[in-house]
Amino acid sequence: MTTITINGTQRTLDIDPDTPLLWVLRDELRLTGTKFGCGVAQCGACTVMLNGTPRRSCVTPVGMIEGADVTTIEGMAGREFDAIQAAWRALDVPQCGWCQSGQVMSATMLLQQLPAPSDQQIDEAMAGNACRCATYHRIRAAIHDAARTLEG
Amino acid sequence: MGLATSRRGFLRAASGLLVAVALPLKTRAQDAAAEAAVPAAPAVPPGAFIHVAPDDTVTVIVKHIEFGQGPLTGLATLVAEEMDADWSQMRGALAHADDALYANLAFGMQGTGGSTALGNSFLQMRGAGAAVRQMLVETAAEAWGVPPAEIAVARGRISHPSGRDSGFGAFAQAAAQRPVPAETPLKPPEHWVLIGTDLPKLDTAEKSDGRAQFTLDLYPEGVQVVVIERPRSFGATVKSWDDADARQVAGVRAIRQLPQGIAVYADSTFAALKARAALKVEWDLSAAETRTSQALMAEMTAAAREAGRTVEESGDLSGLDAPGVTLLQAEYSFPYLAHAPMETLDGVITLSDGRAEAWYGCQFPGLDRPAIARTLGLPVEAVTVHVMLAGGSFGRRAQGSAHFAIELAEVAKAGGNGSYKLMWTREDDIRGGYYRPMTVHRLRGAITPDGRIAAWENVIANQSIVAGTAMEMMMQDGLDPTAYEGSINLPWTFGGHRVAWRRVDGKVPVLWWRSVGSTHTTMATETFLDELLEAVGKDPVQGRLDLLRPDATRERAVIEAVRDLAGWQGSKQGDRGYGVAFAKSFGTYVAQIVEVESRDGQPHVTRAWCAVDCGIPVNPNIIRAQMEGGIGFGLGAILHSTITLGENGAVQEGNFDDYPTLRISEMPQVEVTIIRSDEAPTGVGEPGVPPIGPAVANAWRALTGQRTRALPMIQAGGVV
Repeated sequence: MTTITINGTQRTLDIDPDTPLLWVLRDELRLTGTKFGCGVAQCGACTVMLNGTPRRSCVTPVGMIEGADVTTIEGMAGREFDAIQAAWRALDVPQCGWCQSGQVMSATMLLQQLPAPSDQQIDEAMAGNACRCATYHRIRAAIHDAARTLEG
Repeated sequence: MGLATSRRGFLRAASGLLVAVALPLKTRAQDAAAEAAVPAAPAVPPGAFIHVAPDDTVTVIVKHIEFGQGPLTGLATLVAEEMDADWSQMRGALAHADDALYANLAFGMQGTGGSTALGNSFLQMRGAGAAVRQMLVETAAEAWGVPPAEIAVARGRISHPSGRDSGFGAFAQAAAQRPVPAETPLKPPEHWVLIGTDLPKLDTAEKSDGRAQFTLDLYPEGVQVVVIERPRSFGATVKSWDDADARQVAGVRAIRQLPQGIAVYADSTFAALKARAALKVEWDLSAAETRTSQALMAEMTAAAREAGRTVEESGDLSGLDAPGVTLLQAEYSFPYLAHAPMETLDGVITLSDGRAEAWYGCQFPGLDRPAIARTLGLPVEAVTVHVMLAGGSFGRRAQGSAHFAIELAEVAKAGGNGSYKLMWTREDDIRGGYYRPMTVHRLRGAITPDGRIAAWENVIANQSIVAGTAMEMMMQDGLDPTAYEGSINLPWTFGGHRVAWRRVDGKVPVLWWRSVGSTHTTMATETFLDELLEAVGKDPVQGRLDLLRPDATRERAVIEAVRDLAGWQGSKQGDRGYGVAFAKSFGTYVAQIVEVESRDGQPHVTRAWCAVDCGIPVNPNIIRAQMEGGIGFGLGAILHSTITLGENGAVQEGNFDDYPTLRISEMPQVEVTIIRSDEAPTGVGEPGVPPIGPAVANAWRALTGQRTRALPMIQAGGVV
């Protein structure tokens, strides 16, 4: 048995402790906003917030995070998240959309840490999130936009 | 705005209250150019394209798959324009597989590719919108007892000077009972209010907050997850297998041999993956491709040194051997490339007593649906294919072989009645073949003593994408145009020129990769042209303009536009190199300029400028997005990507660690300018890709003197 808190609700799971958190979220809890992209922490599509920091759920065995507090895209809220959502919509950032939950998770956590990141800080924080559509140009612009709305 | 989650869900939610409207038999376009370019649409039965709900929302059933390139928004725009709808009331949903209703008018079957979605739909969807508008107006006129001519429609409101006013929904049901107008006039371009504007995309919100539903997100009752252990060498077959350990994994339901490999059926994804890892399979390599990339490239290079079969020739080629000329020669080698869409291939299928229902990112429904039926021994009518949003494709889901559809059907056939979710892992994807073909170009160019380019010859060797597949009908007299497109019909005036193709058959499955032939032809021709221009002492931009045929006005316009946008001042400024390249692909003209600097001895692109002429720009926002994305996609490939066959022909790469994709830190600032045009619209999904590679290589050569003859530019050992 593994007990973790997911989006504010405590869950006790009777599951193989080796199961990556990604597949617990998707197969068990039907929280499908978190995506599979690579399975080896190379693309960031599966990024969730674990105890307040970004975590690749595809390489996180659920048995290793007993007691942890996990937030997925479905459970995100707050001014940084709202600002990111507004900027993503204003700039029409997504193309295919598959990686965007992960991009939004990383971008939101970046703004929680650094309210006004530079281009270089954005590049560093977002380097682990791959986008084959290469929406990077708009991701960068949208993070700056969101940061500006948070200032004002 | 919004995305109707699925057509089925949409129909269920609005059941019985829909206006279902057919296409008019004939539309009358005011824009003659567009009319000439687009084939006539067949008449289709009601229910095809537009649904007006009582709450005034208008859902457009989009016959093209949406994987980021924008048809959901683009086709809805065309309908909204002619209906005089308000953009906020528009929704989009993807059409299910049905050739009779949803054929791509450029293909004659349902399918998306070749950047044709908007072009082939331009009159069809406007016609559908105009017909619905007319039916609503006639219905309102009858209800209000006024002549239809006195009724106005604007921003989704139907009104009469008497003060009567209504949304669409109130008249929807009655309008559906009216006959479809035999002929509907289309708005002249000067009356457009939506076409040509930056409308927000219909699928952005759902794709930003995790709600958008993709194939992998579907969990039908009792679904079993299926993964397949596949051979590492192309063409290998199962010799023997041992599943004793795999069967011990909790949650495993069955392990079965399929033509594609050994399939694990399990209750959860992790159980399926864990059991697959525990399988022991021995492969029979006797029919497999066991050569290395190096050996295959040697074969390809030797083939390119032959004369090849001429595909285009004009003028006097004697300049290539004339005394006194300077002859430049170059061989360019291009590796296999995987598409690596962020969502790997996946599909859900339900088999129940002689009926099959499938959900996946199906790009060629016209081929896939019959393939599923054939595999299962069912009539086509017993197979329903729901087209899902897909996490990218770049060509990967457009399968002439229908191999994924067949595999999905095999999974169900072996499993019997039930629901199955077939998933490829990233390793399955990267090692799974269907690559951009390995290709060699051999170029020769002759320069006369007085500084003219007297002759040009290009011999291309590669494997045909379409030969031997259901797309074989694209072959023209034994030639596969996708093998060399982008190397012929060039706008430059050379003294004489010859382009030839040498077909090299092979066992590695190949496929179109975003912009297809132009992925390699533009790289070879535009870098070689740069070298010739340098040899005759010309500036890369002005030299190209000077070489243009007099009638190449659209080519000239994009090159001049990108020159002005970039403020071009020559190919080297201090520690920065600048390169230009032009390509026409899929009817769209694109010129790009890049600024490149050296970081740790490797090329780093800081800025990119792009000019595009795609005819009437329906949604500039999407056009810019596709140019930005095309630049990033092409840049990642030329900097990093190669698929390498090693011992026994096994693919060496397997994931994003050894098959790197472009990262945000490598993405240049991009500026795009769109040429104003009243020509028929052409696609933008692919044409942003071809020029970026040669523009970067040209800039890098200007900066460092190093020529790019093999890709990728950055390899483990540094720049090659």
